[in-house]
Amino acid sequence: MSATIDRATFTALQDTAGKDFVSELVGTFLEEAPGMLGDLHAALRAGEPERFRRAAHSLKSNGLTFGALDFAAIAKRLELAGLEGARAPDAPDVGALDAEYARVAAALEALRHA
Amino acid sequence: MREIRAAPARLLVADDNKVNRLLLARSLELQGHRVTMAENGRIALEKLAQEPFDLVLLDMEMPEMTGFEVLERLAADPQLRDIPVIVTSSLEGIDHVVRCLELGAEDYLPKPVNPVLLRARLGASLEKKRLRDQQKELVRRFATAAVADDVATSGFALGGKHVRGSIMFSDIRGFTSLVESQPPEDTIDLLNTYYTLMFDAIGGQGGVVNQMVGDGLMAIFGAPLPLAQPERAAVNAAREMLELVRLFNADRRALGKPEIRIGIGVATGEMVAGYTGTQERATYTCVGDTVNLAARLEQHTKDAGHAILIDETTRAALDATLSVSALGRVAIRGKAEAIEVFAVPEG
Repeated sequence: MSATIDRATFTALQDTAGKDFVSELVGTFLEEAPGMLGDLHAALRAGEPERFRRAAHSLKSNGLTFGALDFAAIAKRLELAGLEGARAPDAPDVGALDAEYARVAAALEALRHA
Repeated sequence: MREIRAAPARLLVADDNKVNRLLLARSLELQGHRVTMAENGRIALEKLAQEPFDLVLLDMEMPEMTGFEVLERLAADPQLRDIPVIVTSSLEGIDHVVRCLELGAEDYLPKPVNPVLLRARLGASLEKKRLRDQQKELVRRFATAAVADDVATSGFALGGKHVRGSIMFSDIRGFTSLVESQPPEDTIDLLNTYYTLMFDAIGGQGGVVNQMVGDGLMAIFGAPLPLAQPERAAVNAAREMLELVRLFNADRRALGKPEIRIGIGVATGEMVAGYTGTQERATYTCVGDTVNLAARLEQHTKDAGHAILIDETTRAALDATLSVSALGRVAIRGKAEAIEVFAVPEG
């Protein structure tokens, strides 16, 4: 396993956008992400493939922005596999994404105040 | 914070993801640009209709209206189709990129957007837009807005079609002696002001000035773009022209300069309109009896002692409250039969 947050990506983001701004942006992500994860689960339950793919896509995109590479990789697998792929009995990715998000949130929370 | 500031541009960022939207806007603001944000395609189109933008940064995956739909709408809108769009997306698969470019996107930046790449692509797109705007401005200056739009929409083709419209001829009375009595720069100055005023009056009524020769001009009402009531538009423009000349003369009197007087002829009917000339040099014009008649009416203003003369067809379409005076039948050169001529009141 690599680091939860890739430090080089995160530092580069701070350099280009400004440290204070990135701290606010992390705050925005921590506010928005639970809703997107909720969307993913709701889409899975309701059988809405388009909504499922879009939620996975957004989470992947934000994960890449902050350097949450494992998180983004899982989200990308979900985006590509789609609803049917995620429902397969041997597809633990939705649960894995939840677990990885908990680590990402904690790491980002620590980094934004560092 | 180490950004180099580019010439500021007005940019629209459309992205449904709040983190992406804020970050992209921040990067652009740090480069010195003014940024407006939209959280889906529908709102992006609303903002585009409200105010002018130099460029749009467009996400593809958006609820309510996707980026693909936005690209289609922009391409179909003559007012908006020239605004460059840079697609910012993390969509998987090259076919998405190809589809965006086919729909008219200027460029494609994968997300997360690299700030250095963003600055370079943005600079290139804005520069291309600046050149296109410059080119359009040149066409506009030498061709009139209506003709420029017509060429932009339908492409350029020599050849004509039948249209119904009104033709106006106007010139300055006694211009030759005026030219001889004053320094050349005064004459050019006079013509520039005069043409600015006349273009305002004609353009304001939906007419198109297609010829300027010395102190004379020819204007078309109803082509290349159709007008509901070309006769009224032409006569309204004529009266406004006289009013502007009256104000212009008040200025000239105050400066001790000679006043000018103009004569205007308007005729209405069928004509052949189109681009004539060669592939290298062409002009939009109308030909036919109506054009000749309008020119003759304008010449007849000298003898008739009225500033605006119109034909029967034009008069028949005017508002009845406008008290037009019948001057009777007048023999017009080039016409076998004398025609009814009417004078339009100036005030």
